Amino acid sequence: MDKENLVTMANQIGSFYETMPDRAKALTDIAEHIKKFWDPRMRRELLAYVDAPDQHAWQLIPVVSESIRLNRALLLP
Amino acid sequence: MNQLNETDYGTPEKISDQMVTVEIDGVEISVPQGTSVMRAATEAGVNVPKLCATDSLEPFGSCRLCLVEIEGRRGYPASCTTPCEPGMKVKTQSPKLADIRKGVMELYISDHPLDCLTCPTNGNCELQDMAGVVGLREVRYGYEGKNHLDLKKDESNPYFTYDASKCIVCNRCVRACEETQGTFALTIEGRGFASRVSAGQSQPFMESECVSCGACVDACPTATLTEKTVIMMGQAEHSKITTCAYCGVGCSFKAEMKGNEVVRMVPNKNGQANHGHSCVKGRFAWGYATHRDRILNPMIRKHISDPWQEVSWDEAISYAASEFRRIQAKSGKDSIGAITSSRCTNEETYLVQKLVRAAFGNNNVDTCARVCHSPTGFGLKQTLGESAGTQTFDSVMKSDVIMIIGANPAAAHPVFASQMKRRLRQGARLIVIDPRSTEMVKSPHIEAAFHLKLRPGTNVAIISALAHVIMTEGLYDAEFVAQRCDIQSFEYWKQFVMKPENSPENMEPITGVPAEEIRGAARMYAAGNNGAIYYGLGVTEHAQGSTMVMGIANLAMATGNVGREGVGVNPLRGQNNVQGSCDMGSFPHELPGYRHISDSTVRSQFEAQWKCTLDPEPGLRIPNMFDAALDGSFKGLYCEGEDIAQSDPNTQHVTAALSAMECIVVQDLFLNETAKFAHVFFPGSSFLEKDGTFTNAERRISRVHKVMPPKAGKSDWEVTVALANALGYPMHYNHPSEIMDEIAALTPTFHGVNYKKIDQLGSIQWPCNEHAPNGTPTMHIDQFVRGKGQFMITQFIATSEKVTQKYPLILTTGRILSQYNVGAQTRRTENVQWHSEDVLEIHPHDAQERNIKERSWVGIESRAGQTVLRAVITDRVQPGVVYTTFHFPESGANVITTDNSDWATNCPEYKVTAVQVMPVTQHSEWQKNFAHFTEEQLALLHAEQGAASAAVNQ
Repeated sequence: MDKENLVTMANQIGSFYETMPDRAKALTDIAEHIKKFWDPRMRRELLAYVDAPDQHAWQLIPVVSESIRLNRALLLP
Repeated sequence: MNQLNETDYGTPEKISDQMVTVEIDGVEISVPQGTSVMRAATEAGVNVPKLCATDSLEPFGSCRLCLVEIEGRRGYPASCTTPCEPGMKVKTQSPKLADIRKGVMELYISDHPLDCLTCPTNGNCELQDMAGVVGLREVRYGYEGKNHLDLKKDESNPYFTYDASKCIVCNRCVRACEETQGTFALTIEGRGFASRVSAGQSQPFMESECVSCGACVDACPTATLTEKTVIMMGQAEHSKITTCAYCGVGCSFKAEMKGNEVVRMVPNKNGQANHGHSCVKGRFAWGYATHRDRILNPMIRKHISDPWQEVSWDEAISYAASEFRRIQAKSGKDSIGAITSSRCTNEETYLVQKLVRAAFGNNNVDTCARVCHSPTGFGLKQTLGESAGTQTFDSVMKSDVIMIIGANPAAAHPVFASQMKRRLRQGARLIVIDPRSTEMVKSPHIEAAFHLKLRPGTNVAIISALAHVIMTEGLYDAEFVAQRCDIQSFEYWKQFVMKPENSPENMEPITGVPAEEIRGAARMYAAGNNGAIYYGLGVTEHAQGSTMVMGIANLAMATGNVGREGVGVNPLRGQNNVQGSCDMGSFPHELPGYRHISDSTVRSQFEAQWKCTLDPEPGLRIPNMFDAALDGSFKGLYCEGEDIAQSDPNTQHVTAALSAMECIVVQDLFLNETAKFAHVFFPGSSFLEKDGTFTNAERRISRVHKVMPPKAGKSDWEVTVALANALGYPMHYNHPSEIMDEIAALTPTFHGVNYKKIDQLGSIQWPCNEHAPNGTPTMHIDQFVRGKGQFMITQFIATSEKVTQKYPLILTTGRILSQYNVGAQTRRTENVQWHSEDVLEIHPHDAQERNIKERSWVGIESRAGQTVLRAVITDRVQPGVVYTTFHFPESGANVITTDNSDWATNCPEYKVTAVQVMPVTQHSEWQKNFAHFTEEQLALLHAEQGAASAAVNQ
């Protein structure tokens, strides 16, 4: 899968939930959204990217990184 | 010309709690107050002669044939314009009335061609009928006087003829154009004897404002306005009711047939979505179903560079099954999938998703709603609790303020637009939020009170600004919110929208809309009694499409505009069965009825019924399938009724993905753009060739009836069944009704749906179950489906698709009345006479800056690609914005659109692409390559067809 695209999509999701007033819930919601709508191979790629981020201009925004770190088990296929 | 087997009551039905009892020719009858004497008589079984009256139009009282005598009244009132009054005693027959009527008919016939035996409406002509009814035996004036018999026919419209020599100037066509369609293209020109029906200003129909809806043809009592197919083929001998296969209005039609051939499609007077109205597509553009381009034999080939080989159904199906299994054996069970289409019936889409989940063993199934209304499903589920619109179409007749956002119903949902315009002419006020000046902004007798002409991509800024005004000025419905909504989410939302950053003044530089206009529109919507929002793809096809849908729901909830007639949140679905294909579980993450695949309770119900184990993980969505194809993990696709190579964004990305796959199976009527990359072709069946149901934008499930046998031998559902069987997963259905029974058994909102009940009720709006046995016209009446309405914060986030010095303009895309989506159907009809190519609309200022002349070629370049179109210079678009349609594949509109998509659903951002536009002298490289590839593929197709005909000749 195109990693840049996956990062962009994850960041878009993060940007939406980041505006919610309850940050703890937002962090869960980001991961749950990815879990509910992303095919397992996409989630695997995203987790692999988190484990070994490439040196590119495109990077996960902090709220997404944090959400994935906190909810890694949920995201594992 | 009258429809087969229809009673014409003369004047429209009236609705009233008060009943009035009258006596007509000794027959007592009670009718709702306001009912005309003519209608009451017809209901009592008494036929009053008439010519200018018909029950689709308000009475006019011009022909003087329907005169009656009423006890205690002087003279001979026209029964069409006389309302019933309590105790009224009416006589419809007397020597004096007979004398008057005969005299009237004598005058009509003295100026009418006496060519009944060769007339196309012979035997079904109201003038002819009335001559018989009144007993006309002679015309004392003779036939040699001044007359109109030499007037020439207007044959300019491709679908109907206007023969002025047969016109009796009854005004029915003129009134139909006004009352039914709302275009006001027709008038009566001249006075007295010189009076004639005129299109526009005495122009041929095709040069006038006529939109060819056919309302005038339906209304005509003679052969003046007659379908060319009737003139050519003669009148039909039987008819069958079915549902249109074009837009999400889902009009009910009668297919009038001669044997297995359609003579004409006429709108069903009892159709609950369209009430006897139609548009140019449904009424006339059905010729594609018998077009010579249709492929009627299954075909296979190993590589896309090989000639197609015609084979038997069995061979094609077993080849496809073996290829799918080969790929899975090599690359894993998740390496194949399917795409269904909103053009398929509910039963077909249900079967495809079942095939994927049960026979493929994964959830890689998606539908074209992915690229149109997937944000609607997501956004409305989050806020209201159900992925569907809240109202019936008829609800608009009780609206006081109508807000249209990102939709142009006059072009994309024309029959509903006519109804909406009728309400607007009655006095409802209109707010339009759209970057373009659409037909809805200003049309005869209609003008939007506010047109918020925003910059593309700034919807969410507008909706938050509207909410800001409503909340800061205390215009919200506190009682509704307190009773019906989740208070904590409301408080969060309230604090958010009241922030100064969301004020219209702060948003003005972003949206380009003056703050005062936003304030005015917000006040009008919130304080105008029943406020209804209608929206289209101008809302959903954005990076923040889902956010905007939620913003719309927020606004409706805050103002108490949900849960009764006249209000609501109304997504205007693009294709005929967008709602249905979503309902049927075509999305990769959910089973029929919008239940997530990870829900083990729901999954176990399906597993028990389907006798298989289901994968609990979501599958790939369409854009993800393309990415997976390019990385080598997705290699086989079954694509039914959808043309992803034309309709999906970033064409070069899509075709690269298709080229990377090992087996693409296309099921379609034509060798569409996707089929040029296919290895197996299953010939599809048109909507005329199959049974099933479509579900329209108001959740209305309507029957599709087979009116002719499938031309390729199998209906589409039968092909999917055969494929499943060949894959080793048995499916046993004898008729689509059995598929619907299975859907009903497994889907709570469909528990009460079956074909028998649909036939009894005419149609059913889901939810239809033990709580609502006859369906649910209006949703969320006492409480929201999710319980309490959930407000969601809608922070505006600018799209990443930004204008730059290199790409200084924003391209936005849309549709046109005469063409439908990728044009596969309408391009193969005479509708091309209205729109034969896609053009680029550009504002005069931008054109002048670039030295672009009207109709000259311009190159449009984005970050994704380049194409070339002709320019049309117009102020319908604002400076900085250009617009095109995507009805012709060679236009390459989607070569330019990008991979940007909605954050929640991956719905592409078709509505915002940064581009540069410059004059050019030749087609783009992509267009040249496209032409070459098309030529190659057609040669590979014709090579087979040539070989087949040579074999037949031998």
